[in-house]
Amino acid sequence: MSDRRMVSTPYDCVVAHASHALNSGMGECTDLTAEDSSNLIEEIATSGNRQAFALLFRHFAPRLKAYLRRLGAGDTLAEELAQEVMLTVWRRAAQFDRRQAGASTWIFTIARNKRIDAIRRDRWPDIDPEDPALIPEPLQAADKTVEAGQREALLRKAVTTLPVEQSTLLRLSYFEDKSHSAIAEELNLPLGTVKSRLRLALARLRTMLEDVQ
Amino acid sequence: MVQHPAPDELLLDYATGNLAEPVALLVASHLTLAPESRREVRDLEAIGGALLEEMEPASMSEDALDSVLARLGEHVPESFEAGEPGVPAGPPSGDAAKIPAPLRALVGSDLSSLPWRERGGSVAECDILRDAPGYRTRLLWIKAGAKVPTHTHGGREYTLVLQGSFSDESGRFGRGDVEVADAEVTHRPVAGSECDCICLAVTDAPLRMTGPIGRLLNYFIDM
Repeated sequence: MSDRRMVSTPYDCVVAHASHALNSGMGECTDLTAEDSSNLIEEIATSGNRQAFALLFRHFAPRLKAYLRRLGAGDTLAEELAQEVMLTVWRRAAQFDRRQAGASTWIFTIARNKRIDAIRRDRWPDIDPEDPALIPEPLQAADKTVEAGQREALLRKAVTTLPVEQSTLLRLSYFEDKSHSAIAEELNLPLGTVKSRLRLALARLRTMLEDVQ
Repeated sequence: MVQHPAPDELLLDYATGNLAEPVALLVASHLTLAPESRREVRDLEAIGGALLEEMEPASMSEDALDSVLARLGEHVPESFEAGEPGVPAGPPSGDAAKIPAPLRALVGSDLSSLPWRERGGSVAECDILRDAPGYRTRLLWIKAGAKVPTHTHGGREYTLVLQGSFSDESGRFGRGDVEVADAEVTHRPVAGSECDCICLAVTDAPLRMTGPIGRLLNYFIDM
């Protein structure tokens, strides 16, 4: 077993790890670590590996469907869109850059754009990383460039430590298609309070990120 | 480095997808020019990613995976296609390097060829995204040193500077800067003297001119 570990590629490990989860009664939904997910996307990009795609699908499609339903899509539409998002993951895997974004962040942005395209029939204006007009970021020290996945994991932990009133507002911003003033109305709070609580939440998350850098 | 980045709540609304297309267009164009804001949006998107991971998984229909697997063949991963599509054909021309891609997709890279309408000699405007309900989206071209008529807003006005600069009561705004003006703000922007100022302006209600000439202009504003 340990011999096999030593010669295996990261992908084999991911498959072994995730397949184990599959076979041990996890049902149709796998749990992948952030590292697993990034490896699988890269595997799709380099070799078009369908098994890697299937593992990602089992992990993300049910979560995407839940996210889309939460935002008001009916069951059929949510399922359709979740499938479309995963097809986009397959097609654009080569654009994934783990230094820029963690796997779930990248997939979240694809879902956000797809939802808007489909439900509002708007085209979501997105930045183009190849845009000649793009002002590049200042160069960072090498130890700070490999941090996207790590930042994502930290944020995931940090979000759970927010005071309830802040995390509620944050979740509403992400999961209900509502402006701040609509949220304020729904919670019966002044708009200023909603804004300042959100600002506090974001400032707190930012401090937590900076503390570990 | 931009002096006036878009406010936090605007970046949050962008990251969560809670903006109408005209405002999202303005924010995406700002992000192209403001790496600090881009970094912030990336963190906000990472929160979205973290919340997505936390979602209680919904059950997919039984054949969902099989039917998607069957469709993979129609969707060739982009890296396997001949001639990397993401790579631009040649070096960017001077104009392409000026206008952020999200806006360029709508208006092209030669702004002088657009159907500008003059507004009192030193200001010209050109409407875009006319089909977005509830919003008015315009490019504004203000001659160097010219004053824009004093105005307030029924709703909110978002302005992104693409070229040159303007100054008003809240400060000086240069390329990449965003000003968000509420209904309470009455302002009188003046373009910098260094060159003509070009802005992308989005209002969610018609402007109201307040000066004597402005009041006259109100007659024409919705022509």
